[in-house]
Amino acid sequence: MINSLINETFKNTRKERRPALLTYTVAGDNTKKKSLEILKSISNYADICEIGFPHNTPIADGGQIQTSAYRAIKNGIKINDVFSIVKEFKKIKKDKPVILMGYYNMIYQYNENKFIDKCKKSKVDGLIVVDFPFPENKIFSLKCKKRKINFIQLISPTTSKIRLKKIIKNSHDMIYYISMLSTTGGKLKVSSNQILKEYSKIKNYNKSKNVVIGFGITEKTIKSLKKADGLVVGSAICKEITNSIKKRQNIVKNVTNVVKKLRNKIK
Amino acid sequence: MKLKKKIPLIDQHDKFGFWGGKFGGSFIPETLKKPVEDLTKEFAKLRKDKKFIKKRDFYFKNYIGSPTSFIKLENLTDHLEGAQIWAKIVSEANGGAHKIYNATVHALICKAMGKKYIIGDTGAGYAGKMLSMAAKKFGLKCKIFMGAKDIKRQKPNCDAIRKNGAEIIPVFSGSQTLVDAVSECMRYWVSNCDNTHMCVGSTVGPNIFVKICGWSTTQISRELKFQIKKEFKKIPKRVKLINCVGGGSSAYGFWSEFIDIDRKQVELIGVEAGGPKNSKLHAAPLSRNAKIGILHGAASYVCQNNEGQISETESISAGLDYPGVSPIHCFLKDTQRARYTFATDEEALNAYKLITKFEKLNPSLEPSHAFAEAIKIAPKLDKNTIIIVNSCGDAKKDRDILKQKLGKRK
Repeated sequence: MINSLINETFKNTRKERRPALLTYTVAGDNTKKKSLEILKSISNYADICEIGFPHNTPIADGGQIQTSAYRAIKNGIKINDVFSIVKEFKKIKKDKPVILMGYYNMIYQYNENKFIDKCKKSKVDGLIVVDFPFPENKIFSLKCKKRKINFIQLISPTTSKIRLKKIIKNSHDMIYYISMLSTTGGKLKVSSNQILKEYSKIKNYNKSKNVVIGFGITEKTIKSLKKADGLVVGSAICKEITNSIKKRQNIVKNVTNVVKKLRNKIK
Repeated sequence: MKLKKKIPLIDQHDKFGFWGGKFGGSFIPETLKKPVEDLTKEFAKLRKDKKFIKKRDFYFKNYIGSPTSFIKLENLTDHLEGAQIWAKIVSEANGGAHKIYNATVHALICKAMGKKYIIGDTGAGYAGKMLSMAAKKFGLKCKIFMGAKDIKRQKPNCDAIRKNGAEIIPVFSGSQTLVDAVSECMRYWVSNCDNTHMCVGSTVGPNIFVKICGWSTTQISRELKFQIKKEFKKIPKRVKLINCVGGGSSAYGFWSEFIDIDRKQVELIGVEAGGPKNSKLHAAPLSRNAKIGILHGAASYVCQNNEGQISETESISAGLDYPGVSPIHCFLKDTQRARYTFATDEEALNAYKLITKFEKLNPSLEPSHAFAEAIKIAPKLDKNTIIIVNSCGDAKKDRDILKQKLGKRK
C-alpha cells in the first residue's frame, strides 16, 4: 500500500539504520485510562504500537499476556472501548501506526464489515488476527486492503516453503515472523542466528516486505536480532505492568523505562 | 443446509473444514497449520490402510473389550409403565467410559507418526485417564491438562491418571474447568508440536480432531446396530436414541450409523447440562440457543456474551461442563436430524437415584442427564417404543460428589 503509515515508519527506521521497535500492550490493562496513558508515554520510544483486544480464551498467548487480558476484562473493557482508546491515541500521535491484535471471535461477533469500518474510523493502520490463518483469511484480508488497512500475515518456523511463498504473495506491507514454536512470552529457545536465517528466507522472496520478528524478545535478547526490519516486544511489557501493580509503583513510568531501555539496545 | 446420505457425517464438510458451510473449520495459529496438515494427511492414509484397521479392531476387541452389552432395563420399564427402556452399557469398556476409543486411536496415530509424546485435555478425567492408559499400553510419554476445579471434584480419575505414569498439569486460569484445560493443552502443543502429538478429548477443536474422535467412537453405533438387529430382527418402527452431550463424542458415536434412517423411525435426542436449577449458568449451548462463535479452533454454538468473551459454565457433571459443542452436533441441530434438550443438576441426580434403585447399573453424572430425559418421556410413550440410552460412563469417579449430594448410600 503506497504511503501507508506502516511503510513510512519502516522507511524512517531504515534510514536511521535500526530496526523498528514494536510494542504490544493490552487495551484496558489495567484500566482504560491507564492503558491510554501508557500508550502515549511509550510511543515516545516505540515506532509502532500494537494494541491487543483482551480475550478470555487466548489459545496462543502465554501467562503474561493472559494475565493482562484477564485484568482488562475484569475492569470492564469492551470492544468499543478499545476503539475509543485508539481514537484518542491517534488524536495526539497521528503519525504513529497502530496495529490491533486479537482473536477472530471478537471480529466475528462484531461483524467483519462493521469491524473494518470501525477500524477505519478510529484510524487503525493494521490488523493481526492470531487464529485466522492463510488461506482462510484471504477474503477478509482483501476487504482490509480495500480500506487501506494492513492485514498482517504471520509466518512461523513450521510454515512450509510453498506456503511461505503464497503467504508472502498475499501479504500487505508487513509480515510477522514468529521466532520459535511457542506461545507469546516463552523463553527464546532458538539461537538468534537460526531465527535470522529463517527471517532472511522471507526477505529473499520479497525484499519490499517489512518483516518483523516477535515472541521471546526481551531486554536480554533484542540486541542479537537487530538486523531485522522490526522487533516486537509484548510479554516483557505486560510483565512490567503486573509487577508495577504488585509493588504499587507508577505503572506508566516503569513501563516507559522498559521501552526506553529496549530502544537503547537497538539504536 | 442438508445432510447427505451414505457419507459419514464426519466427512460431510467443505474444503475449509466447515459442516453446513458454517460449523467447524480450523481457526488455528500459523504454527499449528503444519502439524494439523500432517495429521490430516496421516489420518486420511491410515483410515484406508487395511493393516491399521486390523490393528484398531484388534485393540478394540482385546484391549477395550468390544462389544459392550445392550440390555433391557426391565425394572425401570415396569416402574415407568411406558416405553421400553434399554441401555447400551458403554461404561463396560476398559477404563469405564467411551473415551477409551478416541484415546486408543490417537495413541495408534501417535505411534504411526513416530512421535513419543502425547498430550490431552480432560474434564471429568475420563479422557485423561484413558489417554494415560493408552499411552502406557503403547509406550508413550503422556501429559494431561486438567482444570484445578476438576482435579478436586474428580479425584478417583486423577489417581488413575497418575498411577498410569502420566503427569497431570493443573490449569488455574479462567474457570479452572475443561474449557481452560483445552486452551492450555493447545498452548502446550503450539510450543511442542515438533515432537508431541495432541489428542483432543471430544469431537471438538480444529476439523481434524472432530473427525478422528468421531471415527473412533463410531464403534459404539456399529455394535448397537448389530445388537438391535439381533434382538428385534430389524430396526423397530419407533426408536429413540438418547445421549448426553458435552463436546458430543459419545452422542456422535452412538448415533452415527442411524443418521441416514428417517427421524420418524429413529429419533436422536441429545441432552445437555442445564446446570443447577436456580442458576443462570449452564453448559447447554444447543438447547438454550447460544450464538455461533469460535472456540478452540472451531465455529460452533458457544455460550458467550455479545462481545465474544466465552461464558463461564456450571454443571454438576465435569464431563459436560463445556461452553462449546461439536460442530457436527450444530449441523445435526440445524438440519433438525437431532433434537437437543437439557437436564438440570437436580434432574440428573434424581435420575441417578432412580436408576440405581431399580437396576444393577451405576451410570456417571453425564449419562444420568440422558437417563433424566428417558425417565421424563417414557411414561408418555407406548410399550412399542424403544428408548435406548447410552450409559457411557461409570459413576466411580463421581463418588465424592454423590456422597456429598445424596449422603451415605449402599
